[in-house]
Amino acid sequence: MIGFALSKLLRAVVTVFAVMTFAFVVLRLSGDPAQVMLGPDVPTSAVDAFRSQWGLDQPIWVQYLAYIQSILTGDFGVSMRDRAPAIDLVMERIPATLQLTIPALFLKLALGIPAGVYAALHHQSATDRGVIVLSILGFTIPSFVLGLLLVLIFSVTFGLLPSGGYGSWQHSVLPVIAMSIGGIGILARFSRSAMIEVMGQPYVRTASAKGVRWSDVIWRHALPNAAVPIVTIVGFMVGSLIAGAVIVETIFSWPGIGRLLVVSVTNRDLPVVQCILLMIAATMVVSNLIVDLLYGWLDPRLRMQAAH
Amino acid sequence: MTALDIAPIGERGFLARRVNRLRRAVPFSVGFGIFWLAAMVFVAAFADWLRPYGITAMDLSSRLVGPGDPQHLLGTDELGRDVLSRLIQSIRISLVIAFGATILSGMVGTALGFAAAKFRGVVEHLVLALADFQAALPFLIMALAVLAFFGSSMWLLICLMGFYGWERYARIARGLAISASAQGYSSAVVQLGAKPSRVYLKHILPNIASTLIVSMTLTFPEIILMESSLSFLGLGVQPPESSLGNMVGFGREYLTTAPWIMLAPAVVIMLTTLSISLVGDWLRDKLDPTIR
Amino acid sequence: MTQPLIKATNLVRTYAVRRGLFGKITPVRAVDGVSLSVMPGETLGIVGESGSGKSTLGRMLLGIDPAQGGSVSFEGSAMPRLGTAEWRALRARMQLVYQDPLAALDKRLPISVQIGEPLEIHRLLPKNERRARVEELMAAVGLRRDQAERFPHELSGGQRQRAVIARALASRPDLLVCDEPVAALDVSIQAQVVNMLRDLQESQRIAMVFISHDLKVVRNVADRVAVMYLGHIVEEASSDVIFASPRHPYTKALASSVPVPGKKLEGRLILQGEPPNPADRPSGCPFHPRCPIAADICRTARPALQTVAPQRNVACHMVTPHTVAIAA
Repeated sequence: MIGFALSKLLRAVVTVFAVMTFAFVVLRLSGDPAQVMLGPDVPTSAVDAFRSQWGLDQPIWVQYLAYIQSILTGDFGVSMRDRAPAIDLVMERIPATLQLTIPALFLKLALGIPAGVYAALHHQSATDRGVIVLSILGFTIPSFVLGLLLVLIFSVTFGLLPSGGYGSWQHSVLPVIAMSIGGIGILARFSRSAMIEVMGQPYVRTASAKGVRWSDVIWRHALPNAAVPIVTIVGFMVGSLIAGAVIVETIFSWPGIGRLLVVSVTNRDLPVVQCILLMIAATMVVSNLIVDLLYGWLDPRLRMQAAH
Repeated sequence: MTALDIAPIGERGFLARRVNRLRRAVPFSVGFGIFWLAAMVFVAAFADWLRPYGITAMDLSSRLVGPGDPQHLLGTDELGRDVLSRLIQSIRISLVIAFGATILSGMVGTALGFAAAKFRGVVEHLVLALADFQAALPFLIMALAVLAFFGSSMWLLICLMGFYGWERYARIARGLAISASAQGYSSAVVQLGAKPSRVYLKHILPNIASTLIVSMTLTFPEIILMESSLSFLGLGVQPPESSLGNMVGFGREYLTTAPWIMLAPAVVIMLTTLSISLVGDWLRDKLDPTIR
Repeated sequence: MTQPLIKATNLVRTYAVRRGLFGKITPVRAVDGVSLSVMPGETLGIVGESGSGKSTLGRMLLGIDPAQGGSVSFEGSAMPRLGTAEWRALRARMQLVYQDPLAALDKRLPISVQIGEPLEIHRLLPKNERRARVEELMAAVGLRRDQAERFPHELSGGQRQRAVIARALASRPDLLVCDEPVAALDVSIQAQVVNMLRDLQESQRIAMVFISHDLKVVRNVADRVAVMYLGHIVEEASSDVIFASPRHPYTKALASSVPVPGKKLEGRLILQGEPPNPADRPSGCPFHPRCPIAADICRTARPALQTVAPQRNVACHMVTPHTVAIAA
C-alpha cells in the first residue's frame, strides 16, 4: 500500500511539473507581452526597458530556470499590470470562487446521488424514466445558456434576484444553480448505472435471497460497491472547485478566479496566468491523488493490480 | 396516404409491418434525435441555399425586429441582420468544428493508444503521463490560455479541440489492442508474418471500431459545448464569422430587449446535444454494452 | 544423412511467477534443456500433460517465444529475432495451427480473405492468381466453394479449424507446428481433421510438429514421438516402438491408458500423487514423486536423456544400456 501511494505521489509531482513547464513554454512562445502592456505607440527604448525589467530579453531556458527556482522558493512572480505579487492576487479571489463552487458541489451531491440511486432501485418505473430524462436534459444544457435563461426568468421577467454582482446571499443563488444542474445530471446518471450494475451482481442477489434485510443489502452490499465509479466523478468535481466557475463567473460578473483568468489572459499578464494554471493543476492533481488512494481503500483489487 | 391506398393489400401489410418493427426497434426519443441530427446535417450542408440573407447583410431600418416577421422569421439583431440566416451559418460552422475535432481527437487518441499497446514500456508510460497531464488541466482552461495567447483561427480552433477527449480513445484503444493480442486473432496474424501496420490497421482497428464510434458520440456533444463556451467567452470563432456559442455571447447584451437573438442558437445547441446523447446512448446499447 | 529442417539445442524458457501478494518472484522453468530435431517431411509428435511445457516448446521452435538459453536453427541458420523483417519473411516457411480456431480467426473478415492473407503478406502470387490458390486450398482442406464468403462465426468448429489449416498452408510452408489442433473440437470431428492433416502432410511433404496431450491422436499421425514431463523430454523414439514397448515409467503409464481396438484394457498403470506443477518442481528426477520404481538416486540426481538403443532416448536412472552401474 505504501509503495502504491508513493508511486501515485511521484506521478502527481511529475504531472504538476509538466503543467508548469507547459504553461511557461506556451505562454512565452505566444508573443511579446510588452506590446500588449505598453500599447503599439511606445518608443523602442521603453519596450526594451520593459523587457529587461521582466527578464524577457534573456534566452528562454535562462528564464525557465529562473522561474523554476523562484517557484521552489515560494515566489510566484509579480503581476505585470498591478505590480502586486501574483500569488496575492490569486489568493484574494479564491474565497469568492469557493463561495460558488462549494455550495454547488453540495447541491450536486445531495440531489444527484440520491436521485440516481432511487432511480436504480426503482429500475424501469416511471420515476426512473423521469430521472433519466431530467439528467440528460441537465447535462446537455450548456451552463452559459442555463445562466442566461435563469437571468431572463428570475431577474428580467420577475425581478426576484439580482442578475449579477457580488455581495448578499441573493447574489449567489442563480450562479450556484447554473453551476450545479449539469453536475446533478451527470451524478444521477452515473450513480444510477453503477447501482443498476451492482444490483445485478451475484453477491447482491445472494444477500437478498438469503434473507438479509433490504436496507442492509443496499447499505452494506450494494452502495459500497457502486461507490467506485461515483467517487471518480466526485473527485473530478472536487478537483474543479477552482477551475469550474469560469463561465458562470463571466455571466454573473462574479469576482472570482475565473474572471481573473479571463482578464489576465486578455491582458497577457504572464505571471498571474501561470500562477492560476499552477493552482488549478495542483488542486486537480491533489484531488485525483486522493481519489486514487480512496480507490485502494474501496476496492482492494485495484491496489493489487496497480502494485504489479 | 393516397400512395398507401393504391398499394395492393399484401404490400400494405408488409409496409405496416415494417413501420411497426421500426417503431419497436427505435424509441420515439431516439427517432426524434435521428430526425433532428439529419435536419442539422442537411442545414449545414446546404447552408448557402437555405440562407435567406447574407450573414453580414445589415438592414439598419429594421433593427431588433421580433420573431414572426414575414421578412425575418426569427427576427433581426441589433444591426438588422437576419437571425435565421446567421443561425443557419452558425450551425454549419459549429458542426464543421465539432466533426473535424471529433475525428481528429479519435485519430490522435487511437494512434497513441495503439502505440502504447504495441511498444509498452517507455512509450506506454509517456502516453499515460500525457493523459495525467490532460486530466490535471481542465480542457477549457488550457484552451483559454492557448487561444488567448495565439489568437483564434478556425484551424487552430479545430486542432485544439482535436485534443479534447483524446485520452478516452487512447485508453480504449490501448486496452482493446492489448486484449486483442491476448485473444489470438492478432497474434495469429503476426505469426503469418504481417507487419505491425497491417495487424493494427487491417485487423485490430475494424474489430474495435464500433466501440470507438460509440465513444465518438459521447465526445461530440461535449466538443459542441466546449466550442460554444469558448466562442461565448469571445475566444472561439471570431466575427464576422459566427457560431452558435458566439451568437449566444453577442445576444447576451440584448437579453432584456431582444431575447430571441440569444434564444434561437441556445435552443439549437440544446436540441443538438440532446439528440446526440439520446442517439448515442441507444447506439451504445445496440453496439457495445461493455462501456458506459 | 540430410540436414535437419529444424534443430533445437538445449532450449530453456523461464517465466517469472509471483507467489502470493508480496511473495518473491520465483522463476518457473517451462522448458528446461530440450534438444530435438525434425527432418524434412517428418512428423514429430510431442506428448505431455498440461504444464509439461509442450506448447511453449512449440512456440520456441517458431521463434515466437524467444529462447533464454540454447538455440533454434532452421536449415542450419539461427532463428532471427521475433518481429524483425527476417523473422517475418521466414513465416512463409513455417506456420502454426492453433488449438482454438475461433480465437485465431478475425471475426470481421470472410474466411477466403483470411486464407489468402499469407499470399498478400508475402506477395507470393500475382494478384489475379491468388483467388484460384485460395479455392485450391479450400478444396484441399474440404471446405465448400460457397463457404468462401462466410464469417468465422457462421462455420462449425471443424470448418473453422479447416480454414486455419488452409491459411497455414497457403504459403506452402516446409514446417507446420500444430498445437493441440483438435483438442477444442468434437470427438466425432477430431478423426476427420487429424486424417486430413496427415494426408496433407504426406502429399505435400511438409515436416510437422504435432503437439497433443492425446496419445491416440499422436500415434495416428507421428513418425517419431517425444514425451515431455515438467519441461524435459523423458523419452523419445519412433512411434511404433514407443507405444509397443515403452521404457520410461511415465511413458509406460501413458501407453497403458490407450485402448487398443479389439482388446480389453488390461494392466493399466494408474499414476499416484499430484499432477505436475511447474512452479513446484521436485528435486532430482522431476517424475520421482509419482514413479512406481523410484530409488534414492532419483530424489537427488536428475537423469540425463541418453541413447539406450538405436533411435531411442530415455531419461531414467532405472533404464540405461548398463543397468548394472546404477545399483550402487
